[in-house]
Amino acid sequence: MEEAQKQVWVFGDYRNYFQNRVTLQLIARARELAAAMDGQVCVLLFGHELQDWIDEYVAHGADTVLVIDHPSLKVYQSETYTGLLVDLARQHRPEIILVGATSFGRELAARSAKRLNTGLTADCVDLRIDEQGLLVQTAPGFGGNLLAEIVIPRHRPQMATVRPGTFQELPHDYLRAARVERLDLPPNLPPERVRLVKSERLPPREQALENAEVVVCGGRGMGSKKKFRNLHELARLLDGQVGATRPVVYAHWAEDGALVGQAGRQIKPQVLFSFGISGAIQHTAGISGNPFLVAVNKNPNAVMMQMADVGLVADANQVCLALIRELKNRLRT
Amino acid sequence: MNTVVLIKQVPQAAELPWDSRTGRLKREASEGMMNPACKHALEAGLRIKERHGGTVMAVSMGPPEAEEVLREALALGADQAVLLCDPRLAGADTLATSYTLARAVERVCPDFDLVLLGCHTTDSETGQVGPQMAEELDLPAVCDAEDIQIQGKRLTARRVSDGFLETLELTLPALLTVTTQEFTPRDTPLGGVERAFAQAQVRVLDAEALGADSSRMGAAGSAGSMLRVYSPTAQKKGVLLKGAVKKNVQDLLDRYGDRLGGLIRKDLGLEG
Repeated sequence: MEEAQKQVWVFGDYRNYFQNRVTLQLIARARELAAAMDGQVCVLLFGHELQDWIDEYVAHGADTVLVIDHPSLKVYQSETYTGLLVDLARQHRPEIILVGATSFGRELAARSAKRLNTGLTADCVDLRIDEQGLLVQTAPGFGGNLLAEIVIPRHRPQMATVRPGTFQELPHDYLRAARVERLDLPPNLPPERVRLVKSERLPPREQALENAEVVVCGGRGMGSKKKFRNLHELARLLDGQVGATRPVVYAHWAEDGALVGQAGRQIKPQVLFSFGISGAIQHTAGISGNPFLVAVNKNPNAVMMQMADVGLVADANQVCLALIRELKNRLRT
Repeated sequence: MNTVVLIKQVPQAAELPWDSRTGRLKREASEGMMNPACKHALEAGLRIKERHGGTVMAVSMGPPEAEEVLREALALGADQAVLLCDPRLAGADTLATSYTLARAVERVCPDFDLVLLGCHTTDSETGQVGPQMAEELDLPAVCDAEDIQIQGKRLTARRVSDGFLETLELTLPALLTVTTQEFTPRDTPLGGVERAFAQAQVRVLDAEALGADSSRMGAAGSAGSMLRVYSPTAQKKGVLLKGAVKKNVQDLLDRYGDRLGGLIRKDLGLEG
């Protein structure tokens, strides 16, 4: 590898569909970052029988793929993969390492940043290079509503995790060529202390909320668990699905699977009703496709109200009940 | 089984004023509460104690008010509580926080078998402190545990990770982070509050008491530096309806019912 050239690394996470997609999305953004600092994009790939993934990452924009292919790496292991990543980073000194914010990636990134004694910004929604050549990481802060721009001025590499769906992948180009470097498993790798006894793939989860054209979302402003149930009646009348914010899920007004946002479902409805939701970034980050937005909130200054096409300044449950009545009237005629 | 549970006090409200000059939250403007995932971690610790004996120690880092969540932990059944409280610890990122908390655990409970944390906090949500503490303490660890079984020195944990249900096994001492999926916290037992205030003590330690490297704690020990904090600007110029609810709802459907109805293939337009 050209050591003189600055490197932007992407961890090749491929275990399931979303993990692979976030890898492709990160490669796309890494290309922009590398272009801004006259560097190159390198994807790290650990596992066994990896040729398909090598081809995929080259086609999507990697300049180099560093591969460690070994039967003992067949399953994901936090300690082992951290050890491999950290060893390589110490040798090659990349400027930036990007990791998908999957369950595995979050842990891998946190451990690696700790061992490399460097900074790691979680769940970045934007990444760019500033005039000084520093990576500016934009991430939600302080429980939502606010975005923070963070830099890692003195420590290297600059590390960030990014949720699936944040960036756009590039179209694949199977004519692209790249350097593929196959490395041996380091001989002195300590054994994994956490043994995977059993692993079963869970059935693909219900996608009704993700695919719904009409979504009715409720937040704490609905007032109570009992009132929150009214949203289900409204959703039924609109052939829609019910989504919820994190405080509501924590309070058990709604099931975990209804959580819309960074930590939950990504929705892309045509029409979105938002009841009693202030609009923390962790929630709004889960909404894409610029839906027609009707927001109800007592506070006209709530972010959700500012984002809305139609904002109703009122009690969320009152409006929900009035809408149910009005819809029933109109549907009858 | 000696268990240490790390607990964080977080603001109750999602919207807090912040100091635009320093970029830090005006935490004093809010009521605090025990971070939900930390409460589940405490519950896991209490259940382990009930089954296997031993002690549960709650440790927190924060301003003096964070003592409240430690009193709550004592009321719920923790045996001891320790608060790390020092202005020099403020402004820490996860690199500095994990270093500081690891030193604290070694200091106040050197013979621990298990360290428990919540999988993430509601105020910063990085989920990084758990795995970074595991590195700092050089412990085997499982993140996002939903079920914990212990037999002698062997611990088995179950978790959901990226669409896989995994069963993992390790040897104590170890570190686990716990999600809010299981371990629903108990209600405060009768006499718990009294015990927490009348009998138990919250031990307060400052940075010096840790005997650790001060250049690795607080803002000084952090790698990240905040350039600015801002509120994402509104994206649309919409219509704002105030006043009578019924009239506004009718207005809404009169104006937009066709669009909405077209989507769900129902007639929602003008009444009559």
